[in-house]
Parts: sequence; C-alpha cells; structure tokens
Amino acid sequence: MATEHPTATVPGDQTRIHNIGYRSYDGPRLGRAYARRSLYSQSLRGAYGLGRSAKSKVLPMLLFVVMCLPAGIMVAVAVATKANELPLDYTRYAIVLQAVISLYVASQAPQSVSRDLRFKTVPLYFSRPIETADYVRAKYAALASALFILTAAPLLVLYVGALLAELDFADQTEGFAQGLVSVALLSLLFAGLGLVVASVTPRRGFGIAAVIAVLTITYGAVSTLQAIADVQDSSGAVAWIGLFSPITLIDGVQSAFLGATSAFPGGAGPSNAEGVVYVLVTLGLIAGTYGLLMRRYKKVGL
Amino acid sequence: MYDPTVARLTYRALLGRRRALILGALPLLLLVITVAVRALAGADDQTTADVLGGFALATMVPIIGVIAGTGAIGPEIDDGSVVYLLSKPIKRPTIIFTKLIVAIAVTMVFSAVPTLIAGLILNGNGQQIAVAYTIAALVASIAYAALFLLLGTVSRHAVVFGLVYALVWEALFGSLVPGARTLSVQQWSLAVAQKVADGNLVTSDVGLPTATVLLVAVTVLATWYAGQKLRTLTLAGEE
Repeated sequence: MATEHPTATVPGDQTRIHNIGYRSYDGPRLGRAYARRSLYSQSLRGAYGLGRSAKSKVLPMLLFVVMCLPAGIMVAVAVATKANELPLDYTRYAIVLQAVISLYVASQAPQSVSRDLRFKTVPLYFSRPIETADYVRAKYAALASALFILTAAPLLVLYVGALLAELDFADQTEGFAQGLVSVALLSLLFAGLGLVVASVTPRRGFGIAAVIAVLTITYGAVSTLQAIADVQDSSGAVAWIGLFSPITLIDGVQSAFLGATSAFPGGAGPSNAEGVVYVLVTLGLIAGTYGLLMRRYKKVGL
Repeated sequence: MYDPTVARLTYRALLGRRRALILGALPLLLLVITVAVRALAGADDQTTADVLGGFALATMVPIIGVIAGTGAIGPEIDDGSVVYLLSKPIKRPTIIFTKLIVAIAVTMVFSAVPTLIAGLILNGNGQQIAVAYTIAALVASIAYAALFLLLGTVSRHAVVFGLVYALVWEALFGSLVPGARTLSVQQWSLAVAQKVADGNLVTSDVGLPTATVLLVAVTVLATWYAGQKLRTLTLAGEE
C-alpha cells in the first residue's frame, strides 16, 4: 500500500507472462468407481454417525442398542430356562420392533440426502466424474446396508445365542436364513421409501416427519382396517388390505414363503397365490422407488 | 400477550406449501378410511370407537401435534432467522404464547374437525362417541402443542424426540407397561372423553381429576419453560 505504482505503464514490450512452473496432473486417476465407492462408504458411516459430531452419533447408536437389547434378553431367558426354542421367531423380530426401524429410517434418510440439497452440495458431487445413477445407487445402497446391519445384528445375536444354548442346529440355521432374507427385503424397501420421501425436501425436520408419516400412518390405517375386517368376518379382505403398508407387505411375503407366522389379526396370512402378489408389489415398490430417485436427481439444484 | 404480526407469520410458516399438504393428507386419509369402514361394516358403535380411538386419537392427533408444535418455531431456530424476531421489542413469553395459540388452533382444526366428521359418518354420534372423541382431540391438541413447542425450543432434533414420545412411549410402552399409560397425554384426554360418552366404549386408565390436573400442569409448565428457554437462546451452527 505504501509504494505508489505508476498506473499508466508504458504499453508494449514490458508486459510478459512468466512461466512459474505450474504443471498439469498426469498421474493415474481414480475414476468413477472410486468416487462411487467413497460416496457409499461415507454415507454408510454417516448413517451411524461415524465421522460426524458426537451428538449425531447418539440417536443411531441408541436405536441400534435398543434393537439388539431384546435379542440379548431373549437369549439369556432361553439359556436360563433351558427352552427348546427361542421365545420369538427370527422372522417375527423385525415386525415386533418395527417402530425402532421406522424411527431409524426417518432419522437417517433425511440426514443422508436432505442436507446435500439444503447446502446445495449436490451440484458439487456432479462436478466430479460420478453421474446421477452413481449418486442414487451409492446413497440407496448405503442406507439399505445400514438398515440391514440394524436388522440383521439382533438376528445374529439370536442365532449365536441359540447355538450356544445347544438348540437344534438345522432348525435354527433354517430360521436364521429365512430371517436374513426377510430383513434384506425389508431393508431395501424401507431405504427406498425413506430416500424418496426425504429427497423431496431440503428440510431435515420436515423430512423426518414425512417419512414417519408414510411408514407409521399407513401401518396404523392398515391394521385398523384389518382388525375391523376380521371382526366383521370378512377374513378374505384382511390379506388384501395388508398390501397397503410397507411392514404388512413384508409380513405377508414372509408368512407366505418364508415360513413365518403372520401378525395379521386372526393369524390369517396370505395364501400362496396372494403371496405372489405380495412379492410382486414389494419388488415393484423397490424398483419404483429407485426409478423415482433417478428421476428426482436428473436435474437438481442447477 | 398476543401479537397479531407474529401470529400471521407463524400461520404462514405452518400452512405454507408442503407442510399444509402433509397436514391435510392425514385427515383426508382418516376420512377415506372412515368411508371404507362404513361401506364395509355399516354403522356400529364398537367399530366407531376402534377407528376413532385406534387411528384418529392414537396416531393422527400426536403426529399433527408434532408437525404443528415443532413447526411453529423449529425451522426458524434451525435456519437462524429467529434472531430477527427476537431482536424486536416483543417479550419472549409473548412470542411463545402467540406461537402456542397458533399451534393449538392449527392442531385443533386439522385433528378435531376431521374426528368429528369421521364420527358422524361412522355412527351419527350414537352414544355421544363422535363428540366424546372430538373433545378428547381438542384437549389433546392443547397439551401436545404446548409440549412439542417446548421441544422445538429445547432441541434441534425436536421432531425426532416428539415422534419418539408419540410412537414409542404412548403406543409401544403404553400397550406393554401399564404404568406408562398414566403419563400419556392420550390417556388424559380419554379421561375427559369418558365423562362425555354415554356407554362404556370410551375408557381411560386415569381418573378425571388426575387427568385434568396433569393436563393443565403440563400445558402451563411447558409454555412457561419454553418462554424461559427462548430468553436465553443460543444459536448453534449446523453440525
């Protein structure tokens, strides 16, 4: 500031460009697959609050513990009483604790996508080599994996506990495998629904409420209608009504094909033919949510 | 104690665009279910009590309460624009009281009115069931709005905690642990409804005097503490 530069310099031969040695990068590039993998692992870690502040670890970890605690108690009871089988089927576990799963999806799905929208970081992602499909796949896979960890961990606790209690090996393994298939379906379905709803709004709080509304309200409505249909002796309607909420959908699939006892009123799960419809609707919903997400991110924040 | 400008701004924030959509979707779903049930089962008092108690009062009212109660103040604190409101020469308790009035009004309109209509469709107010549940919804609206407004000022994760209370505490623990029912807004409002209804279709685990005292206490305390909390509000950055 102190020295005064002569502003009107002499035009002509005094201007020049110095070469100060900048070089362009010509080493190996990690590319699209690497970016996708990074996005996946970061999102998965983020779903449990790893790599984020201590405060945001509290809720997912708490829900994880709440999810596993009953399994531990059941194993303890089964060992102590020398029971012949576990107090709860592998396939029933997720259905009983569905409120915890819903809360987890509702809290983590907006965390995963809403903040990117709110702080307008999505265009930054797409300035890297990844494309829409990569972003959607990475986020979908991350949330589904996180949910699978949440729902499969207590099953693992049950299984290990059952083997330690020297219950029948073949029987337990079959039940465990069926349980894993069912929670894998559940994870895919819930992750898709949660992400679709959350990706519509940049507001986290509102996203949480909307996801919970979709998951819980539909269940409340469906179970109320089922109870009434059961009382009114129109049991045929019970199975069809179950198609309209995610958790009863999973319940129907597993009671038709995975040897589970249904939680429907009257214990009347869908028959095989109805079960096929259940499977089709479930797969259709998973594919549909994926398609909707792709459409949502075709043009975003630009 | 009531500031019309703050009220107008809150109404606009609450009923703007998508929030109004989700607020409107729930009552609509209730009415659709009601019509379906009526077509399926015909007029029946027990069914009416099931639908209104199981769906309207247990699921719909708390969720609308969460959305309206936390939505009245949460987003403003979240994006920091609440400082412009706080820097005006309005008392903090006045702000809270105004927002509470708005939240109560919105919750009532979106929960009690559909409950009444649903009750009338289901059995035409036989045994005073429709009116009883409407009154329960009105009473519950006041307590829920105050409670969740407080949550909105206390925590950035107000919606989650509100939903945990409404779904896990009232629904899950309430059905498993009998003692939890004593501490639930739903049961308190049912106690009031029990007084109105004729038969014994509406029952509560809490006596009317206890319920009234608890309802008033929770509402007043929550509002007072929210006012205190707003006086010493610190704005936190995004985590």
